Amino acid sequence: MSYPEFGDIPALAAALDAAGYLPDEGVATAAYLAIRMRRPLLLEGDPGVGKTALAQALADVVGAELVRLSCYEGIDASQALYDWDFPRQLLHLRAAEGGGDERSVYDRRFLIARPILRALELSPAVLLVDEIDRADDEFEAFLLEVLADNAVTIPELGTIRPAEPPIVVLTSNRTRELHDALKRRCLYHWVNHPDLEREVEIIRRHEPEVADRLARQVAAGVAAMRAAGLVKPPGIAEAIDWATALRLLGATELSPPAVRATLGALLKYREDQVTAERDVLPGLLARLP
Amino acid sequence: MNADPVAGLTAFARSLRERGVAADASRVVAAAGALDHVDVLDRHQVYWTTRLTLCSEPDDLARFDAAFAEWFGDRPPSPAATESTVQIPGGAGTSGDGVAGRVERIGATALETLRTRDVAALTEAERAEVRRLIALLAPSVGTRRSMRRRPGGRAGVDPVRTMRTMLRAGGEPIVLARWRRREKPRRLVLLVDVSGSMAPYADWLLLFAHAAIRVRPFATEVFTVGTRLTRVTRALRLRDPDAALQAAAQTVPDWSGGTRLGESLQAFLDRWGQRGAARGAVVVIFSDGWERGGADLLGQQAARLRRLAHAVVWVNPHKGKEGFTPETAGMLAALPYVDALLAGHTVATLADLAAVMRTI
Repeated sequence: MSYPEFGDIPALAAALDAAGYLPDEGVATAAYLAIRMRRPLLLEGDPGVGKTALAQALADVVGAELVRLSCYEGIDASQALYDWDFPRQLLHLRAAEGGGDERSVYDRRFLIARPILRALELSPAVLLVDEIDRADDEFEAFLLEVLADNAVTIPELGTIRPAEPPIVVLTSNRTRELHDALKRRCLYHWVNHPDLEREVEIIRRHEPEVADRLARQVAAGVAAMRAAGLVKPPGIAEAIDWATALRLLGATELSPPAVRATLGALLKYREDQVTAERDVLPGLLARLP
Repeated sequence: MNADPVAGLTAFARSLRERGVAADASRVVAAAGALDHVDVLDRHQVYWTTRLTLCSEPDDLARFDAAFAEWFGDRPPSPAATESTVQIPGGAGTSGDGVAGRVERIGATALETLRTRDVAALTEAERAEVRRLIALLAPSVGTRRSMRRRPGGRAGVDPVRTMRTMLRAGGEPIVLARWRRREKPRRLVLLVDVSGSMAPYADWLLLFAHAAIRVRPFATEVFTVGTRLTRVTRALRLRDPDAALQAAAQTVPDWSGGTRLGESLQAFLDRWGQRGAARGAVVVIFSDGWERGGADLLGQQAARLRRLAHAVVWVNPHKGKEGFTPETAGMLAALPYVDALLAGHTVATLADLAAVMRTI
């Protein structure tokens, strides 16, 4: 089985749109080339701009399963690739005491597939390596090896090489710089915050019950917050949360009491809330669309 | 693209490299391959395809846009460049003063005095020697405990290795394998003030930064601050100190300009520090604390930095001078959040700094 081919970039953009992800030109081109070239796609950008959501939408669009590998410091091959199920191996050994073939201990059924191996076995699949910057150098080198030949060699079993390599999406929040060797193997895309129109559309997609006017006001408010030099400028996820919170409170427009009650859904730092209430909100509420 | 697209692409990549984008041969090959899949007559598609394949970090994007505009005689269709990327100025800045052609050897006593001479007032021959001395400092910071484990020790039972030995012994639990934590180098961040008042020291401090990068290339980050924040880590990774300083000088647009320390520090924390560069790191700020803007912002940002970092060291070249009191407004605002205030105007005081960094 292979991935569906998309004739051109607009076709893929339309498919992503239908899957609930509104791509801009850059994201659509990146996704298109990632599918066509089978090159891993490295996405960087501020937290909450929809890097992970793109991988999910991509999986929906190509009709493959999304396999997610969340990275953290200290992650190693036994958590990312495969591990032997030792307790079961021991039980098997005890059960077969005397008569068993020792090779039967290293059977596929005793192998636990971790995300990378699972993606290779499932293929077609979309493998999301999330927040690769949180893993350490050693893991990056290991990942590079897997990405280079799209195959995994298990000494006791042999090489597992899928006919169709998975589509790989890596995300990074830039907590540290990745090695050039890894970057060189990837397509690189910096994901920007969406423009106002796109953000309104995204909010409306996720919160269909929010009135157009409120969605517009939320998007304008979030844009104003992003321009205010906050410690943590809100991402799309926060914008949607904010709209949800406003809807649940029955607000139909941004009013000072509604904003005050829901600001915690948007800004997660006390300094930011103070700055916003002092510098952003008065001006914002005065000239709302 | 003209008649031969590959030749055109190669030339475009060369102009990118001149601007500091790492568009190497393998990326050019990828770009050529990628262009096969898109409509090369559509300028937008060409823009995104080449950008996706030839760039590899946010700093590249503004440079890429500039090169693209020049090459294709048109504004790139990019919606908006990322904020706070640094534009490259036309000419090179003041670089590390072309080294003297011949190196004069200096005797041991002279070396001793050289160690305590203010680096702002040195002759050409002395400069070469001081360079060597700074490179010898090999500054680095200590280690921290990593989440990674390794065999040995007594921290806890390692089930995987224990099971393995059990399998080998036919299922009998013979030994309990244990693990211990590994140590990892702690991250080091150097912020070098390159404003006018620090001009006599900036080159030397960057040289010190270069020496630190030589020790731990991937656990060290160097930024210059002035009227804006510039990351010079990449430039300083060049092995040769002169080439590295030259490359750094070309990256920094605000040599000997004014100081907006608070804003620069904020930019650092927003763009790098908060995400991880400053977390658990030793942060060394080289500055005299002359602040053109208000000192309030600097105080706030220093407090923020203190909450993120493992330790904050402030190096003020004027501290070594007689009768120094930290009385510049910026210095006073930041002082409560600083773990150590050091001098760093001579090789000897830089050696003290290296010693403090090791033990912190």
